[in-house]
Amino acid sequence: MRTWAKNRVGKLLRPDRSRSDSVALHQYCKLGVFRLENNGVHCLPPQGTEDHHRGRARCASLCAAACLLLSACHRAGVIDPQGPVASAERLILLNATAIMLVVVIPVIALTLIFAWWYRASNPRATYSPGWEYSGHIELVVWSIPAMVVILLAGVSWTSAHLLDPAREIKATIKTIHIEAVALDWKWLFIYPDLEVATVNELVVPAGAPLKFMLTSATVMNAFFVPQLGSQIYAMPGMTTHLNLLAQHPGDYPGFASHFSGDGFSDMRFIVHTVTAAEFPAWLGRARGEGRVLDAAAYSKLARPSSNTPPETYGSVDPNLFEHIVQTAAPGARAADRPAATRSGGAPDVED
Amino acid sequence: MMGKLNWDAIPFAQPIPMAASLIVTLFVFGVLGLATWKGWWPYLWREWLTSVDHKRIGVMYILLGLLMLLRGFIDAIMMRTQQAVAAGGAQGYLPPEHYDQIFSAHGTIMIFFVAMPFVVGLMNFVVPLQLGVRDVAFPVLNAISLWLTASGALLINMSLVIGNFARTGWLGFPPLSELQFSPDVGVDYYLWSLQISGIGTLLAGINMVTTILKLRAPGMEYMRMPVFCWTALCSNMLIVAAFPVLTATFGMLLLDRYAGMHFFTNDGGGNAMLYFNLIWVWGHPEVYILILPAFGVFSEVIATFSGKPLFGYRSMVLATLAICVLSFTVWLHHFFTMGAGADVNAVFGILSMIIAVPTGVKVFNWLFTLYRGRVRYEVPVLWAIGFMVTFVIGGLTGVLLAVPPADFVLHNSVFLVAHFHNVIIGGVIFGAFAGYNYWFPKAFGFALDRRLGAVSFWCWLIGFYLAFMPLYYLGLLGMTRRIQHYSELSWQPYLIVAEAGALIILCGIAATIAQLVVSIRTRERRRDVSGDPWDGRTLEWSTTSPPPAYNYAVLPQVESLDAFWAMKQRGPRLPAEHYETIEVPRNSANGFVTALIAVITGFALIWRIEWLAIIGLVCAALTLITFGWIERHEDHVSGEQLASAERARLRPPGSA
Repeated sequence: MRTWAKNRVGKLLRPDRSRSDSVALHQYCKLGVFRLENNGVHCLPPQGTEDHHRGRARCASLCAAACLLLSACHRAGVIDPQGPVASAERLILLNATAIMLVVVIPVIALTLIFAWWYRASNPRATYSPGWEYSGHIELVVWSIPAMVVILLAGVSWTSAHLLDPAREIKATIKTIHIEAVALDWKWLFIYPDLEVATVNELVVPAGAPLKFMLTSATVMNAFFVPQLGSQIYAMPGMTTHLNLLAQHPGDYPGFASHFSGDGFSDMRFIVHTVTAAEFPAWLGRARGEGRVLDAAAYSKLARPSSNTPPETYGSVDPNLFEHIVQTAAPGARAADRPAATRSGGAPDVED
Repeated sequence: MMGKLNWDAIPFAQPIPMAASLIVTLFVFGVLGLATWKGWWPYLWREWLTSVDHKRIGVMYILLGLLMLLRGFIDAIMMRTQQAVAAGGAQGYLPPEHYDQIFSAHGTIMIFFVAMPFVVGLMNFVVPLQLGVRDVAFPVLNAISLWLTASGALLINMSLVIGNFARTGWLGFPPLSELQFSPDVGVDYYLWSLQISGIGTLLAGINMVTTILKLRAPGMEYMRMPVFCWTALCSNMLIVAAFPVLTATFGMLLLDRYAGMHFFTNDGGGNAMLYFNLIWVWGHPEVYILILPAFGVFSEVIATFSGKPLFGYRSMVLATLAICVLSFTVWLHHFFTMGAGADVNAVFGILSMIIAVPTGVKVFNWLFTLYRGRVRYEVPVLWAIGFMVTFVIGGLTGVLLAVPPADFVLHNSVFLVAHFHNVIIGGVIFGAFAGYNYWFPKAFGFALDRRLGAVSFWCWLIGFYLAFMPLYYLGLLGMTRRIQHYSELSWQPYLIVAEAGALIILCGIAATIAQLVVSIRTRERRRDVSGDPWDGRTLEWSTTSPPPAYNYAVLPQVESLDAFWAMKQRGPRLPAEHYETIEVPRNSANGFVTALIAVITGFALIWRIEWLAIIGLVCAALTLITFGWIERHEDHVSGEQLASAERARLRPPGSA
């Protein structure tokens, strides 16, 4: 099983030339402005990005194709995986659905056929008013769901181990360690080895294993980048582990997926996946231009705010994450959190 | 003096909450005023508010469920409208602090105050009749259960007018629901209304389990009980086992909020993961508490209208018991993404899938009950067929979510939202409406309108598919639940379709109301004089419609499964030679008074008005003592009265 698993992941890790064009199209469509006009669909990358001009040219040439591929343009999320974890998970989704449809489709069809044929007004239908048991049928109706479940149980057991979020991904490129902290209401990403940090954006090299450690400095939350695969909870005072990999350069949206209060909807970020060659350049820029994330800057950052623009810090205390886990929640935060507009009692609260 | 309560609690400055407050206030006072003006109070007090008759209590439960369905559905339409417009940069018309209350209230109300009362009401009405007995084991306790549930519903709706509701989702997960992050009274409204109604549900469960185990007509052995009674037994055993967990969990959260304890807080050694485990140890069985009685309804409906006994009765009973036991072994599948590790996730995933086996068997057995039947297309059958088709889709997506890696990408998405609406609407709500149409003539002596019943069904069915199939797809596109706005314009068309679906369901609800009104107005030509309008198989159809307060003048003698069917095969029934005097329980105001005190105490605790809470608790103790001193609990119906009623009903053919 292990060998099979390794082959599977290994195969998924190898770049697949034939897919690159359609992938590029999807990416532009996902990221760009998406307009439906009389003459068709227009997909443009966001203004001011590096991809903008290249994207415009490509989009023009692909305009006709885009019209045909309207559905492809809508693709994103779980059904458009961009890494080995997400690809394997989509495969499991499809396999499990197919296994179940083998039973579900006949059941639906038989329900409709029986209900129609045995209607009271059909004189040709047989009526057996006393028929209530058949050992053979009983055997079959217990066996069919049991066999389906045995098959799916096998899929579950192997895939739960193979795709355990804590299981590390092996690759030739060096692993990037990332410590993610859920704040009210933004994500702080610390690169402990590189000693830089970002807020609401994540820059990673394509093909490098991403090893996440997650916690929360406030309420519970969950970290999810659908196109890269598995989500995992971020919980105060605790550390969870997640391993992902982005196969191709591109921008993949990520967000908080566990409700955390009023600013929840804007708790989004982009995973900018750059080539392995571009990554050091970004790192250099971050170190050169980014601000310092010291204790004062962190306590300012930790205050509740929503719709926070992306930010880069050129220097960060590598022990910050550990410190956040240890002192899970400073008691002062309740006062900062906006009280319910309709509550009459907020001022009475004691901590 | 008034705790946290002051004039700021009333949302004068906010148009939408204020309008909602006004509507609720006007509705409540309108109903009270109408009853006063028409002079209905003596009648209502005597026949309904103090009634301990299980049939009346069942009817009132269902009425509560229908009323709360309207409230919960208004929330649903508001949410769908918000998500249909809040795309791109748009923020929609509901700010987050209001939107968050709406989705929290929607879930809480739909589960606790729509699905639960509907299902408990059906069981209350039907089970004693099917068992061939005169009432439940503890009739006064039954009334108390109803009125405690109603108290919870009243408290939760008071949050519309005074203060605000929780903004923490329908399960109130900490640490968000802790005082530190939710300092207002919203979570307190949530906790106290569910504590009060939860105790009501627990008492109802104890009552029903005792009834089924200890009170059955002579000859009604376990394996002669109708399947609905079996599903009711399993459902109520789950209530008895699971609801104390809920009460204890909420109790701990209340101690955190009121007494500064640290069960689930971030600091002081608290751990929110404990709450997740506990709430789902209640929460997963809760799903089966709701769906098992619905399975029972479909079993009765499909057998009756196919004109055949249920296929594989023993299999059905075994499957029901298997689901009952297994439902306690799967709670962790609600949080595979907590990082428990592969072994734990895989074990709970597989256990969850195993429930699909008995459930699958049930579907096949319904299928073979239709086979070689003679299916009459009355309204309950429409719901049953709609259920069979819809529910297997919900089952498929449910098993999908039980595969841990699939759940890793679908958890907390609108795919999950679509899945549980698929099984709750397609299972529980369809079952509730099937049962409502099926037993209505028994309860009131006239049948509901068929045409409007069919309109209601088709609106619900089409509306359901339109509202939730787009959500399945959006979940795959990566749309998470509970978002107040989103930037992806490509999602908007699907959400507009979903809103259209919700509006079609609204038409279905309107058709249900119209069906009720029209049927009442034309009741004279819908009379069910036989007591057996559907050619039924079980004992409830052997008495009059509506049944007398005592249900059966003589307890029926049961000799086989489908007891009434067997009786009909043996020829016309004749009045007995001799009738014994029987006892019927007397009315009691205990339930109503308890509820009044529960509302006052709950309100005082929510707003931290200490003196009022103390008065409430003292009154509760006094009520207990006062009602404990009542010595006469029964009235008698004499043999002569029974004989004349029965002779009029079961007149031998030919005699004038």
